[in-house]
Parts: sequence; C-alpha cells; structure tokens
Amino acid sequence: MMDKKHIRIVKVIVWLLASIPLVRLFWLGFHNDLGANPIEFVEHSTGTWALVFLLLSLSMTPIRLLTGQVWQIQIRRQLGLWMFFYACLHIITYVWLDFSFLFDEMINDVFEHPRILVGFAAFVLTIPLAVTSNSYMMKKLKTKWKTLHKLVYLVAILAVLHFLLLVKKDLTEPIYYAVALAILFGIRLYYQAKKKL
Amino acid sequence: MIIVNKSKQNPSDIQPSEITSKTVFDHRRQFIKLAASAGLIAGAGLAFKSKAATIANGETTGDGRLIGRANAPAQPTQALKKGEIYNPRQKIKGVKKTAYGKDLELDKYKDITTYNNYYEFGTNKSDPVVQARTFQPYPWTVSIEGEVKKAKTISIDDLMKLTTLEERIYRMRCVEAWSMVIPWVGLPLASLIKWAEPTGNAKYVEFVTANDRESMPGVNSPILDWPYTEGLRMDEAMNPLAILAVGVYGELLPNQNGAPVRLVVPWKYGFKGGKSIVKIRFVEKMPQSTWMKAGPTEYGFYANVNPKVAHPRWSQATERPIGGGLFAGRIKTKMFNGYESEVGQLYAGMDLKKNF
Repeated sequence: MMDKKHIRIVKVIVWLLASIPLVRLFWLGFHNDLGANPIEFVEHSTGTWALVFLLLSLSMTPIRLLTGQVWQIQIRRQLGLWMFFYACLHIITYVWLDFSFLFDEMINDVFEHPRILVGFAAFVLTIPLAVTSNSYMMKKLKTKWKTLHKLVYLVAILAVLHFLLLVKKDLTEPIYYAVALAILFGIRLYYQAKKKL
Repeated sequence: MIIVNKSKQNPSDIQPSEITSKTVFDHRRQFIKLAASAGLIAGAGLAFKSKAATIANGETTGDGRLIGRANAPAQPTQALKKGEIYNPRQKIKGVKKTAYGKDLELDKYKDITTYNNYYEFGTNKSDPVVQARTFQPYPWTVSIEGEVKKAKTISIDDLMKLTTLEERIYRMRCVEAWSMVIPWVGLPLASLIKWAEPTGNAKYVEFVTANDRESMPGVNSPILDWPYTEGLRMDEAMNPLAILAVGVYGELLPNQNGAPVRLVVPWKYGFKGGKSIVKIRFVEKMPQSTWMKAGPTEYGFYANVNPKVAHPRWSQATERPIGGGLFAGRIKTKMFNGYESEVGQLYAGMDLKKNF
C-alpha cells in the first residue's frame, strides 16, 4: 500500500505524462509540422487520446481484480478527467477548425451520419460524469453516484463504435481499441460471475 | 463565412521550373540520381545480367512490369538497379502548358506527395511515401486487351511519345471530403484509346493496376479485392478532361502518386484515378470496380463529385482544401467538382442519386 506522499508523486507524474500529447500538438503546430491536413491530424490525435484515457481509466478496476492492488484507483478520476479534456479538444476541433461554426452544416452532419451522432452522444454522456467527478458531488449523490458513473461503459462502447464507423475500409486500428475494451469488460464480467458462484 | 487563404505558401504564378530549383524536398531517403549517368546504365546492365541472360527483349512479369530489356531505355525512364530507390524528381521535357486551371492556386509538392491514398502501400495517408520507396516503375508496359482490333502492349516510353504531353492543373476531390489542386503532366486518355483501336463492342474501359506482392506490402492483406481496378464509360473516357498522368509539377510521377502512369478524371472522386496502370481492357458490360465490390452502397460506378448526394457515413456538401492550414475552414463542393460545363452533358437525363 502506498502512502499519501507517494500517491501525490504518482499523480504529478500522470499529470505530466498526460499532457504530452497536448504539448506535442502545440509543438508540431508551431513548427508547421502537422502534415498536409493539419485539421484532420488534430481531430484524430485528440480523439485517439480521449479514447486512450477512457480505456486507461477503465483499466484501474481490472488491475485491482487481477493483482489485488488498490492504490491505482486513486488516479482513476484524473485519468477520466484527461479523457474529458481531450474529448473537449476533439469537439472544439470539430466545431471550430473543421466546421468553422457552421451550425446548420454540423446539425446536418450529426443527424445524417451515424458516425457523428454516435460520437456526439458519447461526448454528451461524459458531461454529467465530469460534472459529478468531484468529492462534493460524490458525497451528495451517495449511492446514486455509482449508478450514474456506470454510464462510462456506454460511453466507451459508443466511442469505439464512432472510431469503427470512421474508417473507409481498413478496420485494424479501431479493432485494437475494440479488443482492448472487450478484454476490460471480460475481466469485470469474469470476476462478477465468480462472485456469484 | 468561409475564407480560403493558401496564398502564403502558393504563389499562383509559380512555374514548375522555379519549384524544382527552389524546393528543398526533405530527403529522408537515400535518393540515387538517375539523371543521365553512363555509369549507372552500365550498373543497371550488370544488375540485370543474372536475370536478363535468359530474358528476351520486353518479357514481362505477371504484373506487367518488364523484368529485362536488351536496349537501354531512353532517359528519363531508366531501369533501376536492384535495391535502388527511384528518384522521381526529374523534369519531363517538352510539356505543353494549357489553360486548364491556370487561375487555381497549386497545392505544395510536399503535400501532394506525402498525403496519399494508395492502399497497396498502406492505409494511412503517410504510408505510401515511405512504403513505395522500393517500387520500381521503370521500365514498364501497359497491355491493351479486350474489344480491340488487336491486343497489344505499349511501353511507358512510347506512351509518353504518343502525343504532346500537357500540363493540366486540376482540382482533385477525394471521396473523404478533402481536396487539392494538382498540376498534372499527362496525355488525353482519348489519344491512347485512338491508338488502341477499340471495336464497336467496346462500351466501357477497365483499368487494371499493379498488384506486386513483393514491392507492395498492402496487397498481402485482404483489405480490398486486388488488383485494384477502375472503369469508365466509353464517352467518359473520350472526354477531353480525362487524362493519363505521367507526371506532376513538370516532373515524373513519384511512386506514391501512381508512377509511372495513372488515370485522372477530375470530375469524379479521387479513387476513380487508378494508379500504376498495367492493363487497359475494353469491355461491353459495365465492369465492377474494386470499391464497388468493397462497399456497393457507398461507392458507385460513376462516383461523380456531387454535393447533393451524401456518402452514407459523411456529407459531400463541403470539402476541406488541403494546404490552407489550421484555420482555413471548408469550401462548398461544386457539382462535378466544378467541371459541369465540360462533362454535364454526359449524364443528361440520368438519375444521379441512383447512379452515384
């Protein structure tokens, strides 16, 4: 078991590591090195990192189940918030850089194309999770908090689906994420089934 | 409000010759200069010696590439030594300027040659420039088959001499809703078709492209039904806008852009432009293209650029011009990619929603 001081150090390290993708985007942007289609690059990068942090936050419980370690549960909130942060950047990129605030175009895009609708739904569902992620709301909501935060499973499924619907033909990359998510769900289900027996 | 500003990077009055001399292309790879070098021709001869000893003049491999040739080909389409990397940055001589797209602002050479959809060399747009390095486009032959007076082949050198090569500055609209402006060098497809002498039964033209397992890593995975094929209706193929491109920016085509010869039909989505063509087949019935087989509800035979007909998964109403930077925004996509006056009559009376 880690003491408070060590946890604080771990949290700072996680914070520094998690900001690398953002720093990288600024670095590449500053050096005009975002490639031929910089908007697509930023859109894909922020989207991918939101998904990565979502999967990382969902890995903390399976790690406890598999190893008995519990300290990592304390960085789960931070990982979840990083997911929300990159998801916000992803949406801002879409609304601002990609669609230049052309709202009627975007509304068409959201309702005509399942990929966008799925992604948009995933983002909307993360908002209550982010808003209630602080200790105050946790205490206030009590047992309801846990129920509410089960939404994250739906968000994860929608996010992976959003990625799967994006690619034209080669599904390799989104399938990696789908498999990772399936494994994380599998571990949970296995332990749940074991408990019941 | 949509603002497109590419002028910082692309002065519109730039000449290909200026670009060649000014562009400092990032040579991450070891380019070997193919420019007239007697030593190299000798070297190439040596390299072929083991293979070529028993190979007759102009024998081809399964994918249509020549694997040996007795006479050294004329510059610049020189055979490479094994393991040598093809350097496309050689000027093509005698290219006639045309009025096509003279007012458009060109995309940068670097963007055109590093952002490519060429699944034979990987499915990420940054893959082909790296993965296509060892692909050897010269020498090359294209075979003419099907409904023609007589099946025959044509070498890339002869193809480039069929008629005067022209520079055509065309918009290229990808089905993924981005676009570029590219200065192609090529010849009207009609010139080749006339030379091919199709019979009265020829109603469509099918383009079969290279499918070389050794130099094209992508064809080893079943992403698409290889080889990649595309097709045009005969009257589309004869339209003066349709060209066979052999170069870009006044220079030979880089591998990742479809060297040594590719189709360019600017009023259609980019995927219609088959790259590294090895076979042109004249047929009576509408051929099934690779993308039609891959997604019949998403990709049709015609694939004309049409802002009113959405792809099932994304809108085609607007597009993002490449080269505008982070804050350039989108522009409205035009019917037939802005070439309606040239090609609109080909589709008179057709339901373009059905024939997408």
